[in-house]
Amino acid sequence: MSRSYDRALTVFSPDGHLFQVEYAAEAVRKGTCAVGVRGKDVVVLGVEKKSILQLQDPRTVRKVAMLDDHICLAFAGLTADGRVLIDKARIECQSHRLTVEDPVTVEYITRHIAGIQQRYTQSGGVRPFGISTLIVGFDPHDKAPRLYQTEPSGIYSAWKANAIGRSSKTVREFLEKNHKDDLSREESIKLTVKSLLEVVQTGAKNIEISVMESYGKITNLELPEIEAIVADIEREKEAEAERKRSRLAATAAGQAAMSQRAADAGQGSGQ
Amino acid sequence: METSFALTGKGYVIVAADTTSARSIVKMKVDEDKIKTLSPHLLMAYSGEPGDTVQFAEYVERNIRLYQIRNIYPLRPSAAASWIRRSLAESLRSRKPYSVNLLLGGYDTATFDPHLYWIDYLGTISEVPFAAHGYGAYFALSLLDRYHDPSASLEEGLATLKRCIDEVSKRLVVSPGKYKVKIVDKDGVREVEL
Repeated sequence: MSRSYDRALTVFSPDGHLFQVEYAAEAVRKGTCAVGVRGKDVVVLGVEKKSILQLQDPRTVRKVAMLDDHICLAFAGLTADGRVLIDKARIECQSHRLTVEDPVTVEYITRHIAGIQQRYTQSGGVRPFGISTLIVGFDPHDKAPRLYQTEPSGIYSAWKANAIGRSSKTVREFLEKNHKDDLSREESIKLTVKSLLEVVQTGAKNIEISVMESYGKITNLELPEIEAIVADIEREKEAEAERKRSRLAATAAGQAAMSQRAADAGQGSGQ
Repeated sequence: METSFALTGKGYVIVAADTTSARSIVKMKVDEDKIKTLSPHLLMAYSGEPGDTVQFAEYVERNIRLYQIRNIYPLRPSAAASWIRRSLAESLRSRKPYSVNLLLGGYDTATFDPHLYWIDYLGTISEVPFAAHGYGAYFALSLLDRYHDPSASLEEGLATLKRCIDEVSKRLVVSPGKYKVKIVDKDGVREVEL
């Protein structure tokens, strides 16, 4: 009887599914949205912040965590699971420095995190992590920005731009349509905010943006900066709608004039 | 033989350590840096059993950094000193203790004052205005008793340090040749040539 307790919870279903892992992926889909965009020499993380309660301290609710000087992580899913995974990753970052006197590469720490997530789908008495992560950063002695994703199953992959969490499919499709190679800093930030606005109705105050420009150079955008970008995007959308309206009006007028001319011609031939 | 000094002044701590790395009677290296920068406002000079020293210093360095990443803010000098002392005290009671002596100098950015801690391999700690480890201590402490001034300017502090180094060179049979000198103050850590 005591043996049954330490057996893995994650067992195959007859048709080859691991239900616990799939439920974990479902927990991710319920989590707040996070977006990562890789530019030419910049990488941007954007997250949707839950509206905090009136008396809550906003500084204590953070969804972007620094793993080391040069690596940041955002996650979607169960926040408490995220904290545990982040702590494991931070320890590994320092432990790696201690053993080989070099900072970790982004791929190394991604693989490490994915490795932990995989282990929790196969060990006894544990459940999988209910989080997906986006890991961004720069490798030491390298100018190229990196963006990786991990999933509860332990899969990890590199991306140009990606989204996880609530409505991530919509955001990913938006990114697929709008992402170009070699985006500048401003363009990358704008694309991140724009894609987040696809799913965040409440605008700037529920968006958090972290920009990494080179090894160890991270800035978190202040609320006024994000508000300015959001206003900018709104203006553009407005102008676009205006153009569309006037174009429609022009075609309508043109059609009216054409049918009028046809009617006139018909009358002329009748006489 | 290995020698390290440290003294506080008006808003700064100077930490100096010789740069020789010796094995038995042979000098193996003369440009070894034995002062680690643990955080933006914290310096640690280490001496003792070769191997132990570097191992322990790196272990401390990484743990202090881990604390800063976890909590955004770094440990203040007094907290760091307590943690380091405890690590040494636990090590002393293990199967293979570290044999490392330390001078920990830091600038507290919350209260705007410098702190200096003298720590030895037995886990002894004391906060002091000036300190020394190694054979140099026998010559320097009396000098520092006479010349140290807690409100001295940086130039005066460096002059006092120079006196100590000169005295050690003059009187100690096996005196070290070169010293590395680092300063920590409100602007952080920097190295100076003496």
